[in-house]
Amino acid sequence: MNFYNTKIAFINHYKKFYTLSLIIIIISLISLFSKGLNLGIDFKGGTIIEMQFNQNLASDKIRSGLLKQELGDIKVKEFGDSKTFLAILEKKSGKSNFISEIKSNLEKNLNQSINFRRVEMVGPKISKELTEAGIYAVVIALVLMLFYIWLRFEWQFSMGAILALSHDVILTLGAFSIIGFEFNLSIIAAVLTIVGYSMNDTVVIYDRIRENLKKDDRASLLDLINLSVNETLPRTLKTSITTLLALTAIYLFGGEILRGFSFALIWGVIVGTYSSIFIASPLILIFNVKRDWSEVIDNTP
Amino acid sequence: MLQFSKLKIFTIISLIIFGFIFFLPNVFKSEVSFLPKKKVVLGLDLQGGSYLLLEVNSKPLFKDKLETKSFELKKKLRSERINYNNFIIKNSTISFEFNIENKDNILKVLNDNKINENIDESNRELNYQFLNNQIKINLSESYQKRIKKNAMEQSLEIIRSRIDELGTREPTIIAQGEERILIELPGIKNPKRIKEIIGTTAKLTFRFIADNDAKKQSYEKLQSKNNLETYNVQKKLVLSGEHLTDAQPGFDNLNNSSVVNFKLDGFGAKKFAYATKNNIGRRLAIIIDDKVVSAPVVRDAITTGNGQISGSFSVEEANNLSIILRSGALPAPMSIIEERTVGPDLGQESIDKGILSLIIGFILVILYIFYNYKIFGIFANISLFINLILLISILTIVEATLTLPGIAGIILTVGMAVDANVLIYERIKEELKIEDNILIAFDNGYKRVLTTLLDANITTLIAAFVLYFIGSGPIKGFAVTLAIGIITSLFTTFILGRLFVSVYIKSKKGQEIKI
Repeated sequence: MNFYNTKIAFINHYKKFYTLSLIIIIISLISLFSKGLNLGIDFKGGTIIEMQFNQNLASDKIRSGLLKQELGDIKVKEFGDSKTFLAILEKKSGKSNFISEIKSNLEKNLNQSINFRRVEMVGPKISKELTEAGIYAVVIALVLMLFYIWLRFEWQFSMGAILALSHDVILTLGAFSIIGFEFNLSIIAAVLTIVGYSMNDTVVIYDRIRENLKKDDRASLLDLINLSVNETLPRTLKTSITTLLALTAIYLFGGEILRGFSFALIWGVIVGTYSSIFIASPLILIFNVKRDWSEVIDNTP
Repeated sequence: MLQFSKLKIFTIISLIIFGFIFFLPNVFKSEVSFLPKKKVVLGLDLQGGSYLLLEVNSKPLFKDKLETKSFELKKKLRSERINYNNFIIKNSTISFEFNIENKDNILKVLNDNKINENIDESNRELNYQFLNNQIKINLSESYQKRIKKNAMEQSLEIIRSRIDELGTREPTIIAQGEERILIELPGIKNPKRIKEIIGTTAKLTFRFIADNDAKKQSYEKLQSKNNLETYNVQKKLVLSGEHLTDAQPGFDNLNNSSVVNFKLDGFGAKKFAYATKNNIGRRLAIIIDDKVVSAPVVRDAITTGNGQISGSFSVEEANNLSIILRSGALPAPMSIIEERTVGPDLGQESIDKGILSLIIGFILVILYIFYNYKIFGIFANISLFINLILLISILTIVEATLTLPGIAGIILTVGMAVDANVLIYERIKEELKIEDNILIAFDNGYKRVLTTLLDANITTLIAAFVLYFIGSGPIKGFAVTLAIGIITSLFTTFILGRLFVSVYIKSKKGQEIKI
């Protein structure tokens, strides 16, 4: 593929892409407000048990075995193969024999021994704290990064970056809501990684725009931004491709636990790359960044 | 940018060798004594184990303290001949009515240091508030804090001694905040026993069963351990658990069941002897956490200070009970508010899959880079490889814990390092187009890309720092590897990679070079 010497007029068609993004944002928001996120126990409280049996079993059987125990809402799904299952229980308990009782009752019900490979129980207090900490982490990280951009560039760049990033975050949350993947603590980490990645992408293009602005103060802003996006296009695409290669490997071979995480990252890289070219760059034109970039020369002795 | 002094080259190489030395124990077992032996610490999600977060419930403690205070207060009021009415404890507040003429005397009582001790210069144990001829008294906030703090310290110590007795490998037991205890037990497959042992308050009391005819005795109804029987147990204590000096599991051949033998201290033995001597024929209930474990009939006075608790225990139950009784009762009940347990086999599976995906991803990246940049791709790949080694060696040196999200963080830094290489090489390509002198073109490429590289990496570093300080558990692990990875990847791509490139193009002596 040849990414070089392209002269694509990315910015000229920004209204079309803004319409597209706007539609996806609206769909995401509708899904987020109506269906919401499939919150994991980290944020909702509850119990997750990954159990392994010696023989293949139907998840309905396990479900009915658990239903007899008054554990609130119960979800059971296959996890990797048909001997391994993930049970998500609404109930949580501070009692020390909570898990062992579930286990012995289920073993009695199904008449076989079960290996509880992983148990996670999050009480209501903790889930509330984790939710708050998660929101704080994302917001504080965003604010600090934008502050940094503002220090290094002009305010137009900072505004451009914040809008592009919000776009990415909304689209990622929307994808999780629509697909219904579980949203847990590691996904928060993934969202922040996406924010970092997209920011990185945006900064590289912005850096080039700034450089070209300093070099040429006659060409129209539109042409300069187009030029900058085209010049950085090989880098943007090659980096995205390599990162996607690594992430696809994790998605396919990293096991069940890393699946949601790597999905978020893959989606985020695609969205982040798109947004730095089609959302963040036109914003500089819309905000009409200053054209006088001549260095102020201090002549005072 | 392409000039490296000898000192610089020496420093770069020694840093890498240094990194290698600390990396090696992760792959090989060395016999050489002066080499480091430390390995990366694996998180519980990778090596298997249990993470438990306990919370001390101090409410019952406050209630107890308030009750004790109310006894002392009543006693004092009586001895001072102050009349009071409607003395009640409700909603953690003592309240009573009095004759308004006695207000000054009551104030005196409430400022008596024996009743209402000073905590520091400005705070006392009790707060009070007058409402006409009524007074409301409650525990002051600083007193509550002190009670909480003491309870935490005691609980921590008791939990430590209980877990130590179980012989667990390298447990971590630390206080978190004002009322939480965090326990990490690596390698434990089934934390059932530990949870039972740390989840039992173990408040032990000996009390007589109330006589049928003695209506005067105040008693309460308590259930037996298996909830099948109910006993009328006197409220008055014969003895409580703090006088126990030892408890050992034993076996009762007569009844063919496990028992717990205990020893009392001098004071306890005397009290026990006195109580048993005067109550031969009555049933003495042994109560743990408000459950009657057994209620044997007193046949003889027990004067030796030795006793036995039999309650049809299994061997394990008797063992557990001995451990719990030896360590003493927890000052307040505790509940598990968070638990994460991973079996060792799953941990191994996660490592295997994580590493497999890492290797596959790495190979794909290496091939793609080589395809794009040929000889320069090889330089990039070598520095990428050294990046991984340095990253792991730093994780080893700072004793960071490698978790599953940590592995994901490593993969992300590989991505960042690749990005840095791509940025550099693409920039050099552009510079080569406008500059004939190869050396100058390379030099400009590195110079121009540096600001971009720093801006991009610093923004990611900011995200990593925020995650580290705000995030918990798995997120922290991710943040640590990401932060270290950004630094090592900047070093390997911008410094080491540049060194490779500079050596290469100088060896070409101005021949044409293609990236």
